[in-house]
Amino acid sequence: MDLLEHQAQELFAKHGVPVSRNRVASTPDEAHAAAAEIGGRVVVKAQVKTGGRGKAGGVKLADGPDAAQDVASRILGMDIRGHTVHRVLVTEASEIADEYYVSFLLDRSNRSFLALVSAQGGVEIEQVAAENPEALARLWVDPADGFDLDAARRLAAAAGLPDDVREDVARVLVRLWNVFRSEDATLVEINPLARLADGSVRALDGKVTLDDNARYRQPGHPQYVDVSATDPLEVRAAEKDLNYVKLDGSVGVIGNGAGLVMSTLDVVAYAGEQYGGVKPANFLDIGGGASAEVMANGLEIILGDPDVRSVFVNVFGGITACDAVADGIVAAFALLTDRGETITKPLVVRLDGNNAAQGRQILTEAALPGVRLVDTMDGAARLAAELAGKGA
Amino acid sequence: MAIFLTEKSRVLVQGITGTEGTRHTRRMVAAGTNIVAGVTPGKGGRDVDGIPVFDNCADAVKATGADVTVVFVPPRFAKAAVVEAVDAGLGLAVVLTEGIPVHDTAEFWAYARGTGNRTRIIGPNCPGLISPGQSNAGIIPADITKRGRIGLVSKSGTLTYQMMYELRDFGFSTCVGIGGDPIVGTTHIDCLQAFENDPETEAIVMIGEIGGDAEERAAAYIAEHVSKPVVGYVAGFTAPEGKTMGHAGAIVSGSSGTALAKQEALEAVGVRVGRTPSETAALMRETLLAR
Repeated sequence: MDLLEHQAQELFAKHGVPVSRNRVASTPDEAHAAAAEIGGRVVVKAQVKTGGRGKAGGVKLADGPDAAQDVASRILGMDIRGHTVHRVLVTEASEIADEYYVSFLLDRSNRSFLALVSAQGGVEIEQVAAENPEALARLWVDPADGFDLDAARRLAAAAGLPDDVREDVARVLVRLWNVFRSEDATLVEINPLARLADGSVRALDGKVTLDDNARYRQPGHPQYVDVSATDPLEVRAAEKDLNYVKLDGSVGVIGNGAGLVMSTLDVVAYAGEQYGGVKPANFLDIGGGASAEVMANGLEIILGDPDVRSVFVNVFGGITACDAVADGIVAAFALLTDRGETITKPLVVRLDGNNAAQGRQILTEAALPGVRLVDTMDGAARLAAELAGKGA
Repeated sequence: MAIFLTEKSRVLVQGITGTEGTRHTRRMVAAGTNIVAGVTPGKGGRDVDGIPVFDNCADAVKATGADVTVVFVPPRFAKAAVVEAVDAGLGLAVVLTEGIPVHDTAEFWAYARGTGNRTRIIGPNCPGLISPGQSNAGIIPADITKRGRIGLVSKSGTLTYQMMYELRDFGFSTCVGIGGDPIVGTTHIDCLQAFENDPETEAIVMIGEIGGDAEERAAAYIAEHVSKPVVGYVAGFTAPEGKTMGHAGAIVSGSSGTALAKQEALEAVGVRVGRTPSETAALMRETLLAR
């Protein structure tokens, strides 16, 4: 889960990383009040999970409460790279003397953690890495050993930070490491870490990505889920514990196993090229078990998506036998009928693997409205794409 | 021969007394796996269908000579379970558990590396591996296919089953599900290297998916070190940026980890990449029939 800037700042503050005084506002009036409370000049910043906010006009300086209110009224509701601004962060304006970059991240390739520090902050770090790689000091952190002040001092020196700021940055690094470790983060980044005119060091912007797998031991993390920025169907699916991602096409997809479902999306899009660019409407993995209830919940979400014109149920029976999956589909139809739903969208079903013949027979005998059986994944994808294309 | 797991493997199940542990132990036994022991802390002295249960791995290894462990324990206990397996000197730990915090995986991987990698870790969040007709360590269905000449390595469970099914008439030496987490103990490269050295394996199917750069690294490895034919498949072309697609590791971040980049890297070193699983199977069929 990626956090918004103000959530990242909150975690930084919790672990002693110095941040500017700030308040979150979701209306211009709140921005006025926030600026009045903070006092002096403030910066009003759009809270969206994408870069390029400044260029898009989502970050503005304001001289006082009235100006902050005015600026907030223009930023709130703005669309930045497809992200609607629902909140702004009002933060005290600082006089910046210098800008640095510091981060810890999960390095998948080396199966380790990586600490990065650069004296060139405030710009896209990818750009620094590409154009001036020696300006980026790296240190791989063995998860078994951890990261201490000595390591932080060496890293700050290796990055070529000015002598008089190294100790302060090193202390920030140790605290940021604590955020990374104790919050189960996969990325913590401060960019810029600014040296202010008064010599103090402060995190002026931050990014944090938290590990969803750690939620069982991080009771504070669910509060960071940003429901306002989440698709309503994704919110409903999450409430039912479904592994669902909304996409922008018209073929609803249900399958078992993440890899098979990803593959199903691709195969649908591939087949859809012949039918005017038909694409998948969602990712939905119902897992290995594929019980009737899970199938019913999944179908309900997908059939409730107005963009869906056909549905492709793609199941490979591994541990779960296909006759059980077919029973699940039949029961799901009964459950949905009980819930008052009328199923009008065509459903293409492909069952393969364990007891596929029995599964197909169950569905043939049940003669459910709109359900068609196809033997192969590629063939089923073609039919589902064709049906969705026709419905357009 | 086969890789990592053979008929000689003596398998231990950590978490054997749990519902899933017991259920899959029975399936593994039915598939011919030589299950010699189970481990559940506090339940030493009992048995599951006659398989002796021990309190810890060290006792189990001492009493039974187990050399492989299959880990079924819940996420919060997984790190301790793997560390225990490493300490007991087991040569292979197959970690099926889904949902382990990646900091824990990073720690137990670092621990295994710190002890000189004497324990190979497969997974986590994987279906395990099967050497058909010999042994099955995990939850891959044993009745899809038979022993044969193809080696398979995949990040995905169901795509593994699909590919085994499509090529069931040829059969497989070993099929390894390496798992879909951001950090896995055994990579595509480890499997490619083992398949290259395995006389029973004639050709290799490699299945990847979005996220990370394991496939790109595997492509570079193939160019240098693999003489056997490799056919590839990559899932996730339609995945949007920044969304996790089911597997914790399946995410396109910015411009990195895309399916297209992986396909291009593989094709650049001469690996034929199918656009669908069936097309990939057809490429493998063609490759084997041409030999």
